[in-house]
Amino acid sequence: MTAIIVDKKTFEVDARANLLEACLGHGLDLPYFCWHPALGSVGACRQCAVKVYRNEQDTRGRIVMACMTAVAPNMLVSIADPEARQFRAGIIEGLMMSHPHDCPVCDEGGQCHLQDMTVMTGHNYRRYEFPKRTFRNQNLGPFLNHEMNRCIQCYRCTRFYNEYAGGTDFAVLKLRNLVYFGRAQEGVLESEFAGNLDEVCPTGVFTDKTAKQHYTRKWDLTFAPSICPHCALGCNLSPGERYGTLRRVFNRYNGEVNGYFLCDRGRFGYEHANSDRRIRAPLARSDGRLAPTAKAEALDRFSDLAAAGKIIGIGSPRASIEANFALRTLVGAQNFYAGVADSAYRLVALMVSLLREGPAPSSLRDIEHSDAALVLGEDVTGIAPRMALTLRQTIRRQGIRNAEKLGIPGWQDHAVRELAQNDHGPLYIASPYSTRLDDAATETHRAAPDDIARLGFAVAHQLDPASPEVSGLSADALALAGRIAKALGGAEKPVVVSGASTENEAVVRAAANVARALAKAGKSAGLAFTMEEANSLGLALMEPRPLGEAFEAARRGDVQSVVVLENDLYRRAPAAAVDAFLEAAGRLVVIDSLDTPTGAKADLVLPAAAFGEADGTFVSSEGRAQRFFRVFAPHDDIQESWRWLRDVLALLARPEGLAWTNLDKIVEGAARGIAALAGIRDAAPGAGFRIAGAKIPREPHRFSGRTSMLANIGVSEPKPPEDPDSALSFTMEGAETQPPAPLLPFFWTAGWNSMQAVNKFQEEIAGPLRGGDAGARLFESPAGAAAGYRNAVPAAFAPRAGEWLIVPRHHIFGSEELSARAPAIAQLAPQPYVALGPEDAAALGAGEGAAVEVRAEAGAARLPVRIEPGLPRGVAALPAGLGPLCGISLPVWARIELPR
Amino acid sequence: METPLTAKIRPDGTMVDLAAYERAGGYEAARKAMRMSPAEITEEVKKSNLRGRGGAGFPTGQKWSFVPLGPDAPRPKYLVANGDEMEPGTFKDRVLLEGDPHGLLEGMIVAARAIEADRGYIFLRGEYTDAAERLERALQEAGAKGYLGKNIFGSGSDFDLRLHLSGGRYMCGEETGLLNALEGKRANPRAKPPFPQVSGLFGKPTIVQNIETLSNVPHIIAKGAEWFKGLALTPDAGTKLYGASGKVKKPGCWELPMGTPMRELLDVYAGGMREGVKFRGVLPGGASTDFLTVDHLDVPMDFTQVAKAGSRLGTGTMIVLDDKTCPVGMVHNLTHFFSQESCGWCTPCWSGLRWAEEMLWAIEEGRGSASDLDRLGYICGMMAPGNTFCALAPGAAEPIQSALKFFRDDFERHLRYKHCPWRDGR
Repeated sequence: MTAIIVDKKTFEVDARANLLEACLGHGLDLPYFCWHPALGSVGACRQCAVKVYRNEQDTRGRIVMACMTAVAPNMLVSIADPEARQFRAGIIEGLMMSHPHDCPVCDEGGQCHLQDMTVMTGHNYRRYEFPKRTFRNQNLGPFLNHEMNRCIQCYRCTRFYNEYAGGTDFAVLKLRNLVYFGRAQEGVLESEFAGNLDEVCPTGVFTDKTAKQHYTRKWDLTFAPSICPHCALGCNLSPGERYGTLRRVFNRYNGEVNGYFLCDRGRFGYEHANSDRRIRAPLARSDGRLAPTAKAEALDRFSDLAAAGKIIGIGSPRASIEANFALRTLVGAQNFYAGVADSAYRLVALMVSLLREGPAPSSLRDIEHSDAALVLGEDVTGIAPRMALTLRQTIRRQGIRNAEKLGIPGWQDHAVRELAQNDHGPLYIASPYSTRLDDAATETHRAAPDDIARLGFAVAHQLDPASPEVSGLSADALALAGRIAKALGGAEKPVVVSGASTENEAVVRAAANVARALAKAGKSAGLAFTMEEANSLGLALMEPRPLGEAFEAARRGDVQSVVVLENDLYRRAPAAAVDAFLEAAGRLVVIDSLDTPTGAKADLVLPAAAFGEADGTFVSSEGRAQRFFRVFAPHDDIQESWRWLRDVLALLARPEGLAWTNLDKIVEGAARGIAALAGIRDAAPGAGFRIAGAKIPREPHRFSGRTSMLANIGVSEPKPPEDPDSALSFTMEGAETQPPAPLLPFFWTAGWNSMQAVNKFQEEIAGPLRGGDAGARLFESPAGAAAGYRNAVPAAFAPRAGEWLIVPRHHIFGSEELSARAPAIAQLAPQPYVALGPEDAAALGAGEGAAVEVRAEAGAARLPVRIEPGLPRGVAALPAGLGPLCGISLPVWARIELPR
Repeated sequence: METPLTAKIRPDGTMVDLAAYERAGGYEAARKAMRMSPAEITEEVKKSNLRGRGGAGFPTGQKWSFVPLGPDAPRPKYLVANGDEMEPGTFKDRVLLEGDPHGLLEGMIVAARAIEADRGYIFLRGEYTDAAERLERALQEAGAKGYLGKNIFGSGSDFDLRLHLSGGRYMCGEETGLLNALEGKRANPRAKPPFPQVSGLFGKPTIVQNIETLSNVPHIIAKGAEWFKGLALTPDAGTKLYGASGKVKKPGCWELPMGTPMRELLDVYAGGMREGVKFRGVLPGGASTDFLTVDHLDVPMDFTQVAKAGSRLGTGTMIVLDDKTCPVGMVHNLTHFFSQESCGWCTPCWSGLRWAEEMLWAIEEGRGSASDLDRLGYICGMMAPGNTFCALAPGAAEPIQSALKFFRDDFERHLRYKHCPWRDGR
C-alpha cells in the first residue's frame, strides 16, 4: 500500500495500481471508456485525464491519463482541476461527435456507460455541426445486435473478443474516425463468449438480441441474485423480469467465480423459462390423457400415492439441494435415487472423494492466477465454458510476471502483450477430439480416454517416482509426459483440469495424481473437475442410490409409485430401459417446469418453478454452495419443487410438512440431515436478514409504472407479493446501502447506471465484493501432507475390429437440457452426428455427411458422419445430450456400419 | 565543404554499387567497427552529438545505450531502419536510398554491432520502388561478400538484414506504429514506456533509426566524433540534408552544414522565390511543424535554434508558402492528410482532426463562422503533446495553430467575404 493525495485528501492505495483504479477503488468519480478492470489499460480514449503535480510548489501540474499512470508514494493528483475537467469535457465532446441522438430507441439507454460518463463530464450540447459518419451494420447471429453508428472507438470490443477471449472472426477495420468493429463478412460470431460484448461495449453498438424480443429498460426490471443453471461452474447471474417473464440476464460479479464475464450459454439460456412448453398447471391423467387439475386435487392424489407406500424418488442434478432433500425426506434415504446414469454418478462420487482428500477444488479465480495448466481429457469449452475463458488468462500469467520484472505493470495491457507476443503457456490439452481451446495450447494430444489417463499417470510418475508407473508407454507419449511434467514442475502455481467430458474414471484419478505429485513437490497445486450440471456435486453429496438400483427395484416389483424430480429419464438411460422401468414402477409423478418425454408418461405432473422463479441452493463443481433467489413470484399454481413436496408431507402429517414454512427451514433441515451439506447454511443470509430494519429491494428505485402496470385489470395498486424465503422484497423500497454479496440483486449506484457500477461494490477494483464474494465453500484442502496416489493405471487402448468406443462430446449449445430450449441457443446447436477420424471413416467408406448405422447394445440410430481429424482410430464421438442416442450411457462400444 | 552523406552519389542518378562504394572507401568503417567493442562504438556516436534525423532529434548514442548488452540480454535483438518517409514535403531519405544504398547498409552494420543486434529490417515506403530495387541489389551484393548474414566480416557475429516494403500509411513512420506494422498488425502506436530499446519488435530490444541518421554512422566511426562535430556551424553536429519545396526557383535537396541559416538555404540553394510571388512563410521541417515567417529567416537550421524560434527542425525539408497561395487552403490540405492518416486510436486525434478538417474546409468555402477560429485553437489545444497517444496529432496541430497566429487576417477575410480571396470567380 502507498498513499496518494487526490484533491488534497489522502488515500491509501495498492502500490501496484494505476491511478484510475486507485481513484475508482475509493469511490471517486473519474470517467473512462477504454480501461476495463479485466482488460487493463491501453490509453486510447483519453477520458480519464487528471492533473499530477511534481511537488507542493508545482502549481501548473501536467495532464496525464490516470489509467496509464502508475501510482507513486505521496503523488499529488487533482481530478477537480479546471484544466483537467475541461480536457475531459473536450474528450467526451469528441467521442460524441457522431453519436446518434437515438437514446430513446436504443437498447442501451438507461444502462449506458456513455450516457453516464457524458452526464458526469457535463457535456450537453453538440457544437460539431458537420455530417456524422455512418456505417452499415452486420447480422452477427442470434445473440447480438450490431449498431455501429453508436460506436465511440474505445476498442474494448476487439480487446475483449480478440485479445482476451481469443476470437479470430472479429476485427478492427478501417481508420481515423471511421474505424469499424465487426466481421470481415456478416455472420454468426464464432466466440462462445461474444455475448459479453453487450456489457463490455460502453454504449449500444452491441446489445442483447434476445432481450430485444421482449425489451424492457434496466430500471423497469425486477432482479434477484441467481446462479446459472446451465453448467456446474455456478456463475452468478442477475436475471431481470417484467410482466411475469424473464427479459434478459446480466452478469453478477463474483470475484471468485465468473468475475466480469459469462459464456453465451449462461447469458442466453434463460429464455427456456419463457418457453411455451412450460408446465403451468398441475396435470392429472384421466382417460389416458393428461389434463389440468386443481392444485388441491393434485396434492390429494400425490399424498394418496405416498401413503400407499413402496414409493421411490429420483432426484436431479438440475434441481436444488432443497428440492432433492424434500424428495429424499418424502421417500426416505433408502428410496432416494440419483437421477443420472450410473457411470456419471460413479464418476462424480469419485471426484468427491478425490477432492475431499485434496487438493480442494480450485475456483476460477485460482485457475486464472495459476501459471501453468494441464487439461486432461476435457473439452472445457463444451462442458464448463466459462472455465475456457479463464484458462486463456492462465496462459498469460508467466508473461505478466516477465513484464513486471522489466518494470511493465501488469495492467499495461498492450505493453504486456507486445512483450510476450505469442509466447504463452504452458497449457497442455489432452483430449480425444479437437477443442475450442486448442489454439491457446502449448501442445495438444489426441488419444483415447484410457491413453489420456495413462499420459496423466506418466506425468505424475515423472513428477514423483513414488506415484504409480505406466508400463508400455510409447516413446512419444513418454517424451510428452516429460515435457508436461517439466512445465508444471517449473511453475509456481500449476493447475490440473479434468472432469466429466469423457466419462472416464481413470482420467480423473490420473489428474488427481498429477495435482498431488505437484503438491508433494511443494507447489501450490490446483485441481479442478468439470461436472455436467448445476447441482451435480450437490446431488452427489446427498449420496443417493444409483439409478440402476431403482430400475432393479422396480423389476423386482418393489415399487408401486415413483416421483421424478426435475428430470427427464430418457436423457439418463436408454429408452427401452426407461420404458420398462416406468411400466414396472406403477404410478409416475413428475415435478418439472418443462414438458419432457418423461412427463408425457406421468400420471401426475406438478408445475415446478423454473429458473428465475425458484429459490434454492446449488453446489458448484468448485464445491461452492450458492443460493439463488426467485426473481418474481410465479403465476398460477407454479411453485418450487420443494414446496410441492412439503405440501404432500403436510398432507401426510409429517413434521417437515409443517416445519418447512420457508426456505431457511428446509436449508436448516438439509444442513442438519446431511453432514456434507452443513456448510450450505452459510451460502447466504437468511430471510430474517435486514439492513437498518429494511429488506433489500429487487427493483431499482427508478422502477416505473408500479401503479399503472396492471391498470387494465384494476386501478388500485395490488399489494406486492410477500417473500417469506429471503431478505429481498418485490418492490423498489428498502435498504439503500450495499447488501451482502449473496443478496445483491443488481448493480446500480447514483450516476452509474451501467454494469460498470460494479466498481462501487468491490473492496478494491477487480477484487471481492464488499463483505466477501457470494457462496460458501464446502471443501478445503486437509492440513498436513498431500494425499496418497490412486492406482489402477488402465491398459493401453486397443481398438476393436468393426467396433468403436463411442465417447461423448459436449457442445456449449445443445448438450445442456434447459438452455437447448432457449430459441437463440437452439439455433446454434449442432444436428445429431457421429464423429469418426478420417482414417476410420475412409476404412468404412463413409464420407462427410454419409449416413451410418450406429448400433450399441442399448440402442441404435442412423446418423450422419462428421469427419473429425485427430480422433484416434477406434474411437468415435456422439454429441452429448442431443440426438436419438442421448440416453445411452457413454462411453460404450458400438458397431458402425454403412446401411445395407 | 565536406558532404559525407552525398559525396558518393552520382550526378546521373545511377546507383553506387558495391564495387564503386568500396573503391571510395566504403565498408572500411564497418571493418573498423568489428574491431571495436559495442560500448566503444556507442561512446563514439555519443561524443559525436549525432541527433536523430527523423524529426525528433533524440541523441542517437544515448538511444543505443538503453539497449541491454551481453550474454544475458534477450535475443534476438533488432535494428530497424525507418525509411517510411511519409512526411509531406520530405524527400531527403529517398536521395540517400536511391543514390547510395550501401551507405545505409554500412551504417546499419555498425549500429547493429553497437547494440549487438542479430537481425535488421529496412522498413521502406511502399512507393519507393526504385529505392527498393537498389536496396535489394545492395543487400545481395553485401550478403555475397559476407558483410551481411552469418559471421559478418569474419567477426563471429551474425547480422541478418531484410527489406520490408510498407503497405503505406503515415503512421508506419512512427517508430512503434512501424514495429506493429512489421509484426503484421495495425500500425497503431504503442505506449511508451516501455521503449522499444527494452521491448520492441516481437517484444525484443529494438532500435528504430531514421535512414539519414544511420547513414551518418560510418563516417563518424571512420573519421571520429571531433571531425563530425566540426562539420556543423552550430553545436548540433554534422551535416544535414535540407530540402525546399513550394514556389521557389529551384526546389531540391542539399547536404549542408548543420545550422545553415534558412535565408541562405532559400536564397542561395533554392534560388529564391519564383518571379511574381513573395515569400510569406515556411514550414521548416515538413508538414507537421509550425510555420515560421519572414522574421525568422536568419534562424540557423538546427534542432535547438528552430525550436527557439517556435517551430521544429523536423526533417529539415521546408515547405514554402507564398503570397499567391491561400494559407487556409494549404492548412486544410495538410489537415486533410493528417486526418486521413489518423490510425483512429486516440480520441483527440481521430475526432479532433476530423473536426478541424471539416471546419477548415467550411472556412475555405466561405461557410465559416467567427467562433470557428477559437474552436480551431481549442482543438489544437486538445491535441497538445501529452494529451494524445502519439505525436501524430500534436504534429498535425502545429501548422494549424501557427497559421492561426501568423495568418489570422487571412482566416478572417474568408469569414468576412464568405469566400476564399485567392480563388477565381468568387
